[in-house]
Amino acid sequence: MKIMFIDFMKHRRAALLVSLVCVVLSLGLVFTKGLNLGIDFTGGNVVQVEFAQGVSVAEVRDVLASVGQGNSVIQSYSDVGVIIRISANEDEARKVVVDALRAKYPEMKTVRLEKVGPVVGAELRKEAFVALFLALAGILAYITVRFQFRFAVVSVLALMHDAIITLGIFSLTGMEISSPFIAAILTIVGYSLNDTIVVLDRVRENWKTLRGNGMLGLLNNSINEVLSRTINTSLTTLLPVIALFLWGGPVLRSFSFALLVGVMVGTYSSIYIASSVLAEWWIKAPQKA
Amino acid sequence: MLRRDRWRLGIVAIVVLAALFSVFPIQGRINLGLDLKGGAHIVLQAKDTEDSKVTEDSIERLLAVLRNRVDQYGVAEPVIQREGNDRIIVDLPGIQDPDAALELIGKTALLEFRQVSAATSPIPPAAERKNYGSDAEFERAQTRWNEAVAQIEVQKSDLERQAASVEGGVVAKTDEGRYYLLGKVLVGGKDLVDARTQYDNLGRAVVALTFSSEGAKLFDAATAENIGRQIAIVLDGVVISAPVVQERITGGNAQISGRFTAAEASRLSIMLRAGALPVAVDVIENRSVGPSLGEDSINSGIRAGLLGASLVFLFMLLYYRLLGVAADAALAVAILLVFAGLISLKATLTLPGIAGIVLTIGMAVDGNVLIYERMKEELRAGKTPLAAIDAGFKKALVTIFDANITTLIAAAVLFYFGSGPVRGFAVTLSIGIVSSVFCNVLVTRSLLQYFMGGRATSSLAHRS
Repeated sequence: MKIMFIDFMKHRRAALLVSLVCVVLSLGLVFTKGLNLGIDFTGGNVVQVEFAQGVSVAEVRDVLASVGQGNSVIQSYSDVGVIIRISANEDEARKVVVDALRAKYPEMKTVRLEKVGPVVGAELRKEAFVALFLALAGILAYITVRFQFRFAVVSVLALMHDAIITLGIFSLTGMEISSPFIAAILTIVGYSLNDTIVVLDRVRENWKTLRGNGMLGLLNNSINEVLSRTINTSLTTLLPVIALFLWGGPVLRSFSFALLVGVMVGTYSSIYIASSVLAEWWIKAPQKA
Repeated sequence: MLRRDRWRLGIVAIVVLAALFSVFPIQGRINLGLDLKGGAHIVLQAKDTEDSKVTEDSIERLLAVLRNRVDQYGVAEPVIQREGNDRIIVDLPGIQDPDAALELIGKTALLEFRQVSAATSPIPPAAERKNYGSDAEFERAQTRWNEAVAQIEVQKSDLERQAASVEGGVVAKTDEGRYYLLGKVLVGGKDLVDARTQYDNLGRAVVALTFSSEGAKLFDAATAENIGRQIAIVLDGVVISAPVVQERITGGNAQISGRFTAAEASRLSIMLRAGALPVAVDVIENRSVGPSLGEDSINSGIRAGLLGASLVFLFMLLYYRLLGVAADAALAVAILLVFAGLISLKATLTLPGIAGIVLTIGMAVDGNVLIYERMKEELRAGKTPLAAIDAGFKKALVTIFDANITTLIAAAVLFYFGSGPVRGFAVTLSIGIVSSVFCNVLVTRSLLQYFMGGRATSSLAHRS
C-alpha cells in the first residue's frame, strides 16, 4: 500500500483563517438572521394533519386565512401531510384551525399536536446552554487528566468550532431547531472529539520524537499516520447518518442534518484545527520537550 | 488457539446467548415511547388562585382526582406522576382524541348552583350572508348585530356595578356571550354523590345528578325559595344553563341540560363524579401523536437503520475483506446487544432513540477501524501477524476507551437534562457505546484468533 504524506502544517495558517472566517460568518448569521427555533424553545402550537389526497400548502393557507391564522407556518411532507405551526399560543386557536380544515376536508386526520407553554420553552433554552457548558467542561476535565491541559483546550476549541458552524448552517438554511437538535449538537461534541483524540493520542505517542522533528514535524507525522482511520471512522459514521437523513422521516430530518454537518465539519477540525492551534501555541510558547 | 484466550470466547458466547434469549421474540418486549405508539403527553402546572393555594396537600389531592378521572375515562396503562413541586405529568397511551383528553384533565370541574339576580339580554344570532338578499342588507344586519353586542357590554358594566350589593355577587358569562349577575352559592359540587349521562325524552344528552342527603336538603331549600326564578348551573365560572325553577325539588335528584353532545355529557359526568380539581391548573405542555404517525416513524426508523447498516457492512467488507467479516460479525453482535440492553434495562424506545441506534451502527465499527489500522502499522513495522494482532489490540484499546468515554460524557449530560424523547436518545447512545466497545474488544478479538489458522493472516498481509 502506498503511503501518502501530506504536509498539513504547511497550510495551517490558511486553514485557521478559513475556519476563523467560517466561525465569524456563522456567528454573524446567528446574531443577525437568527435561528428558526421550534416551539420546544419558543412555546407555541403545532398541529400535523394528513389528508386523503394531495392538498397544496396554498390551499391550506387559504383555509387558515379565513379563520384569521393566515400567518401560520405551513410545511408539507410526503404529498398528503402538512405540519402547521400556529402563531397563537391558545388551544382555542388550534381548535379553530383544525375545525376549519375539517369542514373543508372531512377525510382529514390529525396525526400529531403539540403545545408548549412559553415557560417550558424558556426553561429548555436555559437547560440547553447549561447542558452544552457541562458537556464541554466534562470533556475539558477528562482530556486534561488523560492528556494535558493544552490538548484539552485545543480539543474544546475544535468542538466549539464544529458547534458554531453547525449553528451557522442551520441559520443559513432556516431549518427548524427543536429539542432533538440539542441531542445532535451534544453528540457532535462527543463524537467529533473521537477523531481529535485519535490524532492527539498519536501525538502523545510520538512525543519522544519532538526533539528530532520539531513540533510541526511531530504533528505532521502523527496526522498522516492516523489519517486513514480518521477518514474511515468518519465515513462509517456518516453512512448511517445519510440513511437517516434521506429515509428517516420528516420528524428526524433536521436532527440528522445537524449530525451530517457536524460529523463532516468535525472530521476536518480534528485533523486540522486542533493540531494547527496546538502548533501555533507551541510556536508562541514552547513547552519543555 | 492459545489457552489463555479461551475465556474470551467463552464470555462472548455466554453474552450472545443471553442477549438472543432476552431479545427473541422481540414482539412486545420493547417499551415504546408515546411518540412511537401514539398517545398524549400532558404537563400540568398547578397555580395559586385567591380561593386555593398550591400546597403539598392540594397537589396530592390533585393527583388523586386526576387518577380517578383518567381511570373512569378508560385509558390502558396511564402514567400520572408528579414532577417537581407543582407540576404533574399525565401520559395517556393510545388516546384517539387528544382534545377530549385535554378537556377531561385540564378542567377544574367546579360545579355550583347559584341564585340569579339579573342578566343581560341574550346575544342575538350573528348575521349570515346567505339569509340576506344583497350585500347592503347583510351589512345593515351586521351593524345591528354589532350594536346589540355593544349594548350587552353596557348592560354587563351595570351588572358589575350592582355585584357589590349582592351577597356573594359575581358576573359570569355563558358560552354564547350572555352575562348573568349571580348571587350566593346554593349547592356545590362537594354535595354530589353521583353524576350520570342520560337522555331526555327528546333524545338529548343530559347529566343526571344525585346529591348527598346534606346536598338534597340544601337543594330542596334552594328550589323552594326560588320558585318562578332562575337558578344558574355554573361550571368553572361559566354559566352552563339557568333554568327557571318550576317547582320545589325534593329527593336530591337534578338534571343539567345544556347543548351537550353525548361525548361532552359523558366527560362532564366523569369530571363531576371524580370531583373538582383542588387547585387550578394550566396545561403548559401537550404532545399528542396519533397511532398512525407512530407506526410511520417506526417504519422509517427501521428502513433508515437497515439501509445504514447495509452500507456500513458493505464498506467494511470491501475495505477490510476477511477482517471486515470479523468487524461485521462484531457489529451484528453490537446491534443485538443494544436491543438486549434496552429490554433488560426496561428503557423506553423513542424516535430519537431509534436515531441513536442508527448512529451506533456507524460508531460501533470505529473501534474496528482503529484496531485494524494499528495492526497494519505493526505489520509494516515488521511484526509477525500474531504479534501484530496483539499489539494492534493493545495499543488501539487506549484510544478506543478515551474516544468513547468522551461521547459517554456527552450522553450522560444529555440524559440528565433531556426530557422524554431526547432522554431516549441518550439511553440508546450510551447502551450503544458500551456494547460496541465490548464487541470491539472481545468479539473481534476472539473471531480473529479463531481465524488465525492462516487466512486472516494472509488477508492482513495482503491489505498492507
